Amino acid sequence: MKKRICFVGVGGQGTLLASRLLGEAVMKAGYDVRVSEVHGMAQRGGVVESSVMTGGIKAPVISKGMADILISTEPVETLRALDRCNVKTTIITNTDPVEPITVKLGLQKYPNVDDLLNFIKDRFQNTYAIDATSLAKEAGTSKAANIVLLGVLIGLNLLDISKELFIETIKERVKPKFIEANLKAFKLGLNTVS
Amino acid sequence: MELISKEVGKKALLLGNEAIVRGALEAGVDICAAYPGTPSSEIANNLFFISTKAPELLYFEFSTNEKVAMEVCAAAAASGKRSLTCMKHVGLNVASDVFNTLAYIGVKAGMVIVTADDPFMHSSQNEQDNRYYVKMASLPMFEPTNPQEAKDMTIAAFELSERLELPVIIRTTTRTSHVRGPVIFGELPEKQSRPGCFKRDNKRWVPVPAVARIRHKILLERFEQAALEAENTPFNMLKGSGDIGVIATGIAACYVEDAIEFLNAWDKVRFLKLGLTYPQPRRMIFEFLRKVGRVLVVEELEPFQEEIIKGIAQDAAMEVPIYGKGTKHLSRLYEIDPLEVIELIAELIGIDAPKESIPDISNMPEVPQRPPSLCAGCPHRETYTVVKEALKECNIKEEDVIFPTDIGCYTLGLLPPFNMADYLLCMGSSVGSSAGFSVATQQKIIAFIGDSTFFHSGISPLVNAVHNNHKFILVVLDNSTTAMTGHQPNPGIELMPPGYEGHTRVLIEDIVKACGVKHIRIIDPYKKQEAINTFKEIIELNELAVVISRAPCILYKRKVVGGKK
Repeated sequence: MKKRICFVGVGGQGTLLASRLLGEAVMKAGYDVRVSEVHGMAQRGGVVESSVMTGGIKAPVISKGMADILISTEPVETLRALDRCNVKTTIITNTDPVEPITVKLGLQKYPNVDDLLNFIKDRFQNTYAIDATSLAKEAGTSKAANIVLLGVLIGLNLLDISKELFIETIKERVKPKFIEANLKAFKLGLNTVS
Repeated sequence: MELISKEVGKKALLLGNEAIVRGALEAGVDICAAYPGTPSSEIANNLFFISTKAPELLYFEFSTNEKVAMEVCAAAAASGKRSLTCMKHVGLNVASDVFNTLAYIGVKAGMVIVTADDPFMHSSQNEQDNRYYVKMASLPMFEPTNPQEAKDMTIAAFELSERLELPVIIRTTTRTSHVRGPVIFGELPEKQSRPGCFKRDNKRWVPVPAVARIRHKILLERFEQAALEAENTPFNMLKGSGDIGVIATGIAACYVEDAIEFLNAWDKVRFLKLGLTYPQPRRMIFEFLRKVGRVLVVEELEPFQEEIIKGIAQDAAMEVPIYGKGTKHLSRLYEIDPLEVIELIAELIGIDAPKESIPDISNMPEVPQRPPSLCAGCPHRETYTVVKEALKECNIKEEDVIFPTDIGCYTLGLLPPFNMADYLLCMGSSVGSSAGFSVATQQKIIAFIGDSTFFHSGISPLVNAVHNNHKFILVVLDNSTTAMTGHQPNPGIELMPPGYEGHTRVLIEDIVKACGVKHIRIIDPYKKQEAINTFKEIIELNELAVVISRAPCILYKRKVVGGKK
């Protein structure tokens, strides 16, 4: 199971937790794994990127066109990470925008979300655009959008990780008070593709 | 806490930095000290956490800077206690004065120094290659390629350090510090709380010239001994066969292994992975060079190994071509891209690397930038706004003011809407550079420095400014924590994190006063009008003045005190 999985999002959206959870699940499933993380200044409301490499891939960095899967909690960040994708890449993206400071200050414009998603879908056949934030709210907290997207990923059966194994990982690794909402979010994500 | 688990054989998904901590624990480390800095911070954070939860395991302190931390650990190791200090690459600049002489006087118990370099400058002001420091000091160095190795090498480094009586360096880069991988736990030794004992030896520990001359000779002898160890260590390993030779270290070795695997070329490429990377195993490298027709050296940052390997080839009068950064096959800038390693190796073999089909995305909608910014509600925002307002009320244009800044979250004052960061070198440079601007220009100078940075490097330039009659305003942004690197405590903090009770608070205003500064004000940046009035008064004074803007970091406050903003 050699896969390069790229996670992108905005500081505070739980990108690192998502990649950590997936990494733990991959290890639990008996595969070698590397998870890369970004720390420090990069986190202060900026772009956050992490990656999970499975099945013996040793490099924690994904080059141009080399991602097998892209998981994004923010649509503009999906766009920014497109150069990592190729025609076969599976893209799982949230559709709920988070305006960057440059847009809030009126220095730059946020692109129309529908145009943006159509641009992606036209070029990448395996695109799953999900309103993960709404589903996460339904599960109890908008912060679980990352977990909704992981539900989509596991539901697509692209990795040799069962939903039961992933649920177990959530129970082990998420803070007790957030487990229930996260499990709900995970199942709502699963349901969108199965 | 997973890191102090006694379960032998347990498999945990650890960061490279966490694996170093586990390795130090398994090696029975006693005394650790550090100043935080990305990408090394999680080493110190975990050591700190362990020292509060399980103080019987180790002593840890956040020292005021890297130099002090290294001195603490050096003395501990001279007293027979295993010690570890860690720092980001530029931290070693601060500690370099200790580093280069510590190599002479050495240690008794094992001492490990971790330096974490930051290629591409993810969180740093430069991308210096600290391997040159290691060469300058003639000390041994390990470079891990993954978390398991980071743990194993830390243990090996303690052992080597004790055999040679020299500190040993673990050099990571951002990608080895911040990558998670499976790590198998070994045994934690039973700790004895016996105090260390320093044995006086003036021919050893006091490097006056006569002693230093002896110690330098001993250092070079030990260095030769380390070179012999490098020939036999399992961390330097060979793989593959064929006419093309590739030598790599650190994370670059991962890129090379992936590339050879991807190209299915283990029968065409002979790979030498160096783990004990300094001093080099010269014999091993010589034998390797003899077996190949061409060599590629892959390493992050400078052509450090490449130049030494070229030297080995030259000494043996070999004509094998050696490619790398010196030959522009790779760049000295930023990080290596795994794909360029694939392409380079494919080219050397003479095959085409399989290519993915990439759709044309050149006409994508314009993507707005998303720079990091100060958090909503951050007190630094308030201070910047207050200074802006005070300048306006004094009829001084912002563009006529120089705003020297410093290292911390507030460096983000560089960005709009503040635009109040004009000059920066390193920790503490806001104060020293203000002194320079004050003699070189007639411009108004308002400098910003954080509380932790002030303790780290702000005090001696402030004494300098008083003594030499420089005129500027220094604003100390006192948010009661070292925020940028993840809320580590510093000597001035009012809000103590759990387990930190009992530390003595050192007030910034007391230090400023003792430095001889005549005009000192303390403001609460949230009390806007008062704060503006204070600044107006200080701006009009036109003297050396220090304003301490005191309000805790909102994230830190929430963490320690709990509750909402």
